Amino acid sequence: MGILEDRLPDNILFTTVDKFLNWSKKNSLWYMLFATACCGIELMQTGASRYDLDRFGSVFRATPRQSDLMIVAGTITHKMADRVKRLYDQMPSPKYVIAMGSCANTGGPFYKDSYSVLKGVDKIIPVDVYVPGCPPKPEALIEGIIKLQQKIMQEKNLVKK
Amino acid sequence: MEPKGIYDILSKTFGSKIKQFLENTFPPTIIVESSAIVDVCKFLKNEEGLNFTSLMCLSGVDLKDQGKMAVVYHLFSITHRHKIALKVEVDRNEPHVPTVEGVWATANWYEREAYDLFGIIFDGHSDLRRILMPDDWEGYPMRKDYVYPKKYHTWDV
Amino acid sequence: MVNVDERFMEVSMGPQHPSTHGVLRLLVRTDGEVLTAARPYIGYLHRALEKIAERVTYPQFTPFTDRLDYLASMNCNLAYAMTVEKLLNIEIPRRAQIIRVIMAELNRISSHLIAFGSFSSDMGAFTPFLFGIREREFINDLFEMTCGSRLTYNYIRIGGVSKDLPEGFIDKAKEFLDYFPGKLKEYNELLSYNAIFIKRLANIAVITPEDALDYGVTGPNLRASGIKWDLRREEPYLIYNELDFDIPIGRGEMGTVGDAWDRYMMRIYEMEQSTKIVKQCLDMLAPGDYTAKVPKVLKPPAGEVYVRAENPRGELGFYLISDGSTKPYRLKIRAPSFANLSILPKLAKGVMIADLIAIIGSLDIILPEIDR
Repeated sequence: MGILEDRLPDNILFTTVDKFLNWSKKNSLWYMLFATACCGIELMQTGASRYDLDRFGSVFRATPRQSDLMIVAGTITHKMADRVKRLYDQMPSPKYVIAMGSCANTGGPFYKDSYSVLKGVDKIIPVDVYVPGCPPKPEALIEGIIKLQQKIMQEKNLVKK
Repeated sequence: MEPKGIYDILSKTFGSKIKQFLENTFPPTIIVESSAIVDVCKFLKNEEGLNFTSLMCLSGVDLKDQGKMAVVYHLFSITHRHKIALKVEVDRNEPHVPTVEGVWATANWYEREAYDLFGIIFDGHSDLRRILMPDDWEGYPMRKDYVYPKKYHTWDV
Repeated sequence: MVNVDERFMEVSMGPQHPSTHGVLRLLVRTDGEVLTAARPYIGYLHRALEKIAERVTYPQFTPFTDRLDYLASMNCNLAYAMTVEKLLNIEIPRRAQIIRVIMAELNRISSHLIAFGSFSSDMGAFTPFLFGIREREFINDLFEMTCGSRLTYNYIRIGGVSKDLPEGFIDKAKEFLDYFPGKLKEYNELLSYNAIFIKRLANIAVITPEDALDYGVTGPNLRASGIKWDLRREEPYLIYNELDFDIPIGRGEMGTVGDAWDRYMMRIYEMEQSTKIVKQCLDMLAPGDYTAKVPKVLKPPAGEVYVRAENPRGELGFYLISDGSTKPYRLKIRAPSFANLSILPKLAKGVMIADLIAIIGSLDIILPEIDR
């Protein structure tokens, strides 16, 4: 006889291993605080009192080694691009990237005339979800995270490559 | 003190090194010879009645059509509440200006920025190196004839 | 044979760090826990705003001034608009001036709330950060009602403001202003007079008045060193000369005049004063135009101007050279945090690493302004 005897109703749950692993991955996405510019403030406000990211299971970590989601919020310049790549390489897999804001998507308002802005962070690291806006409202960022969660649910973990 | 009064005092003390007085800028500008700029700044800071305690801003300007580069200093005095602007014009191909770092410590970073973006060399500066662009960047971006490079490291500019 | 000094360790507090308020790199040299030197490296967010200014027209540059200091967006817009208006020599209608003052002061409160919140989270107290953001959300609602955006407003344009105040703004603002002073009292009880907080900040990184003027430090940092200098009082712009408000200065209540605690407390006092100003302005509002008549294609006459305004972080100045065409010839942005940060190498000798975080937090810098 076990501990769960009288706790659970008389049911047996069937699921696939894939769904189970994906479910646990998507509900605890720990994100790294990587905020360079204005979108960083919206990221902070999304994680704070009114639009709470904690209810999705996401807490912020300061170091890439303990996080599995990198939200690139803000403009990336050429001087900073090397460091972004280095931070991305330090994250353990499975890892995901959300490009938040116009500057991280394509260079933003600095696309045409600036000599020092990287035109989109996907030139150096692979991006999963793009969230448009300048800056995107916290609701838009939360929709981006939900889309990422839907993407994670469709992953196949145990396929022999 | 009125800006014209400041210009008169400077002309009396420094003679021909003070070149011109432009009244229609805000604040009015005094054009100074580049070799005398450090002495003029020291005089403006320490002289009773002038006491220009703060350097508000130091900017580089590229006057390509006249073949010159200019450095503009905006000065301000907290005790007497007057403002003035100084302008130094040098040749565009060999821009050398003495540093005023010894007079106001804040000029250190502003001069580094003018060097980084325009290529103006400040003689006597303690640490003249790039401040905003990456260290291995080539060229001076704010010049009027700057051509944007095609690639930096492995990606497009 | 290379002579390696074994006592000192050089650590790079790299561009990605939770407490450096942006992408700032500090190369610190430590002898154990005590610092011997700290050198800031900036430029990781240099977006070439000054070059962009030479390629877009005057009205098209206003959204870029938002991104200069995004926590005080209205104030940056205001300083730029004042610069171009000085060249154009136009008169702003009274209602537009009052609306500008209301927006600028509300933005001062929200900027100081983030400064307060992030400073306390650097010191290890996480709750005041959440409190600060909670109050800031009310101000964000007010701004969203008016101009549609929560962070980068693009509201104060050349000639006035872009839209009139919506219905219900005045009541909602008054509701917020009645609720806010109670919160300030709460912050004081929670954090400002907390013994651990005081012990961490008193007598740390004292900026003497002479140093402050020499290094170009402005804003609350200058006032904390005892110099009573505020551009809103000394060179009044808009309608500040008709308003009644105090200029708080540092008095060394918990230690020396000009230490980190004084700089922190300046921001709390200034939030009180800003509440007073907005209350007076809301009562002064009268019907009128919200913008002056500005030509569609702006061609200011040729000339040079330097105009400055009092931002929450210091003095923001714009040096504009116009050659008579639709685009500026040269626009130089004098950012307050650039000068405020340059005093850091001097302050950081002989302190502990934890104190270094306190110093950067108390200076309240923001990187996009420094790098432009």
